[in-house]
Amino acid sequence: MSSVVDTHDHSHDHDHADGHEHGHDHHGKYGGLMRWITTTNHKDIGTLYLWFSFIMFLTGGTMAMVIRAELFSPGLQIVNPDFFNQMTTMHGLIMVFGAIMPAFVGFANWQIPMMIGAPDMAFARLNNWSFWLLPFAAMLLMLSFFTPGGAPGVGWTLYAPLTVQMGVGMDLTIFAVHILGMSSILGSINIITTILNMRAPGMTLMRMPMFVWTWLITAYLLVAAMPVLAGAVTMTLTDRHFGTTFFNAAGGGDPVLYQHIFWFFGHPEVYIIALPAFGVISQVIPAFSRKPLFGYASMVYATSAIAILSFIVWAHHMYTVGMPVTGQLFFMYATTLIAVPTGVKVFNWVATMWKGSLSFETPMLFAIGFLFLFTLGGFTGLVLSLVPVDIQLHDTYYVVAHFHYVMVAGALFAAFAGIYFWLPKWTGKMYDEKLGKIHFWLTMIFFNMIFFVQHFLGLAGMPRRIPDYPLIFETWNKISSIGAFGFGLSQLLLLYIVLKCIRSGEKAPQLPWEGADSLEWTHLPTPAPYHTFETPPVIK
Amino acid sequence: MRGKKVGPAHVAATLALALLGLFVAGHAQALEWNLQPAGSRLAEEIHDLHEYVMVLVTVIFVGVFGFMFYACYAHRKAKGHKAEQFHENTTVELIWTIIPAIILIGIAWPVTKTVIAQKDTSAPDLTIKVTGIQWKWGYDYVKGEGEGIGFVSMLSTPREQIEGRAPKGEHYLLEVDNELVVPVGKKVRILTTAADVVHSWWVPAFGAKQDAIPGFIRDLWFKAEKTGTFRSQCVELCGKEHGFMPIVVRVVSQEDYSKWVGEKKKEMLAAADDPSKTYSLDELKARGEKVYTANCVACHQPNGKGTPPAFPALDGSKVATGAKQGHIDTVLNGKPNTAMAAFGKIMNDTDIAAVITYERNSWSNKAGLVQPAEVQARRK
Repeated sequence: MSSVVDTHDHSHDHDHADGHEHGHDHHGKYGGLMRWITTTNHKDIGTLYLWFSFIMFLTGGTMAMVIRAELFSPGLQIVNPDFFNQMTTMHGLIMVFGAIMPAFVGFANWQIPMMIGAPDMAFARLNNWSFWLLPFAAMLLMLSFFTPGGAPGVGWTLYAPLTVQMGVGMDLTIFAVHILGMSSILGSINIITTILNMRAPGMTLMRMPMFVWTWLITAYLLVAAMPVLAGAVTMTLTDRHFGTTFFNAAGGGDPVLYQHIFWFFGHPEVYIIALPAFGVISQVIPAFSRKPLFGYASMVYATSAIAILSFIVWAHHMYTVGMPVTGQLFFMYATTLIAVPTGVKVFNWVATMWKGSLSFETPMLFAIGFLFLFTLGGFTGLVLSLVPVDIQLHDTYYVVAHFHYVMVAGALFAAFAGIYFWLPKWTGKMYDEKLGKIHFWLTMIFFNMIFFVQHFLGLAGMPRRIPDYPLIFETWNKISSIGAFGFGLSQLLLLYIVLKCIRSGEKAPQLPWEGADSLEWTHLPTPAPYHTFETPPVIK
Repeated sequence: MRGKKVGPAHVAATLALALLGLFVAGHAQALEWNLQPAGSRLAEEIHDLHEYVMVLVTVIFVGVFGFMFYACYAHRKAKGHKAEQFHENTTVELIWTIIPAIILIGIAWPVTKTVIAQKDTSAPDLTIKVTGIQWKWGYDYVKGEGEGIGFVSMLSTPREQIEGRAPKGEHYLLEVDNELVVPVGKKVRILTTAADVVHSWWVPAFGAKQDAIPGFIRDLWFKAEKTGTFRSQCVELCGKEHGFMPIVVRVVSQEDYSKWVGEKKKEMLAAADDPSKTYSLDELKARGEKVYTANCVACHQPNGKGTPPAFPALDGSKVATGAKQGHIDTVLNGKPNTAMAAFGKIMNDTDIAAVITYERNSWSNKAGLVQPAEVQARRK
């Protein structure tokens, strides 16, 4: 984002806000590429995270296109089953760890210091390192395609003991997961420290913007969950190469143990992805409703409740492994409980809109799209939480539909809302509102075209992760594939909109959204200068 | 949403709807959009539960988003609506916490009864062990009428149909060589296990699904209410051919079942091979080719070239042209940590001798024949 470079010329024009730029608004001693490699500036690093995430989003998206192209018709046409499995595995890993998680860390980097009145993140060099681990992890993942046997074809859940049958690509993937985990843990420690120690005077915890709250809770989830995943894949590694039998019954181990460990990470992971999305939505909806968030305190409590509950529901991903009936009942009750705090959040967002003064710029459209579709995904989640119904639907396309409603219509829509919402603050320029709206409607329509019909496929009995299918499933698969191609192409429009905004967007007004009221809007010029809040603002 | 902004939304919506319409119209085939018809009481209970929950969530969904869309319409700025600044209301917040909790209890109660019923595998009339093997199912009747029957069931759809060289049949990917046969109205207990990786055995019409876990035995039960053929597939990713290991259960009347048991037992007796018998090269090759086509071809390919490195070539390979013992051991015991299964567990000595002979004397290989007795000698 070269526009960030341009901003420093203007920064002195904007001293009306808090007037403490000291004329050293530089970008460090390096220019060009070295600037980005050596940067310790939270805004630069936020930008890096976001671009990295977008590249990964397109990479994972291309894999989804391959999957949908193969599933366009019954029979094997384009890829062989082995490569198909590699595609589903890598699509999942790349989207979860490469696209969605880094996108929200990008938002955290840009926004948290500005929202709490801090000059930067607490550990600036660590911040640089957290980001620069990512490209290496991504490279390892991609490299696995070029090893003998290719990338692992085991699904993103990396279930044992299938993982033991894979080639070197599996080991590269394991190392990539280690590095990604390290990056997340370092990033989280940084975020927790920043939020707890660097708030401006008067910015008490219960006055922090919701986005900051959700990230504080998410960061704790990450610190707790990522080491568990690292443990699971390390055990896989030693089972593969060093003769251990953690997941092999012949040596006293248990394949189901892997699933327990994985989902002990995996379910909190769902909320690691969802909570920052909730945070973005909680900034956008009040801004475009011109009305404060209805129940701030109850939103904080609901978020915390979701985070705590997320650690005691993991085995609802495993109802079919053959748990005792008491285990099934416990996990079912605990899972349905999550509906209560999630309901509180949805009701709060709707109540925030109620009797507001609503306008529907692109960020708000994506927020409403999020609210509508995420809730739909929540309801199918409730359906799946019920043991007998889940046993019928487990590992079918119903589950695929369900989690894409949560991950795409949930997390991705929220990320889009955030991009459009903060782009003027970051670049000082406005995006093309008309194109933004087209992007929203295309995304919305094609998304439902892909995934709504997949509920029917799952109900009718189509298993997930199959490269070929019985003839009765053909029509829905065709619709789904066409939707997927449309969805994929529509995302190139986002790229165009962002580039157009950076290059030739109209100058953004100081406050482009009249209802926005957090510190970055009220206390900082637009665009935000390279260094902000060198002396903390005082929050009254 | 405002008048002048309808443009892009309208264009996109029209486009997508036109595409959708085109496709639904273009495919006259009946569209499956709900659970398959129930073939057991349990499946029916699951249907009812699903419908009950769907009605409930639909009502809530319409209610909540009724509010939201009403606000989008009535409280929009374009219409000149002024924002009220109210927030926090303990009563409202308590209500929308407590009511959902009560609704959840209303859901959990009937579900609990079904969960308990589904887990009750006691007192079965017939017990069958199901073994997931990459990529086929082994069925062994372990208790009840038909005890002792055992066979392997695998996809019977020809490769030509899968690869698009022949038109696809009615039961494409849902047909097997040996169907599981059970009597109607009897409680059948299925024990699941696996030989290599995790598989999952599922018959949607019976509401019966259970992972098959290597080294462990799990169980489930079903009681079919009507006769007929019920089809499904493996539902846990188990490697390359995961999409090609169907499950077909034929439910027959008690008489037909008894008849089938008699025939199957006779058939098994007739097919039982005497491992001490010696065969000629041609006999072994002819039989071996059939075994190869059914069990080996997916990985090692018809031309014996495999798809290295995961699935090595047999043509000219060290194992298939070297010492017999090594070849026999590989087929009998499999290769740990690869997709090469231990065929000794599911095939008799004659079949193994035949397939080894076929492999050692096909393509460019010329390495002599292996008799069943030699295989028997290598068994541990």
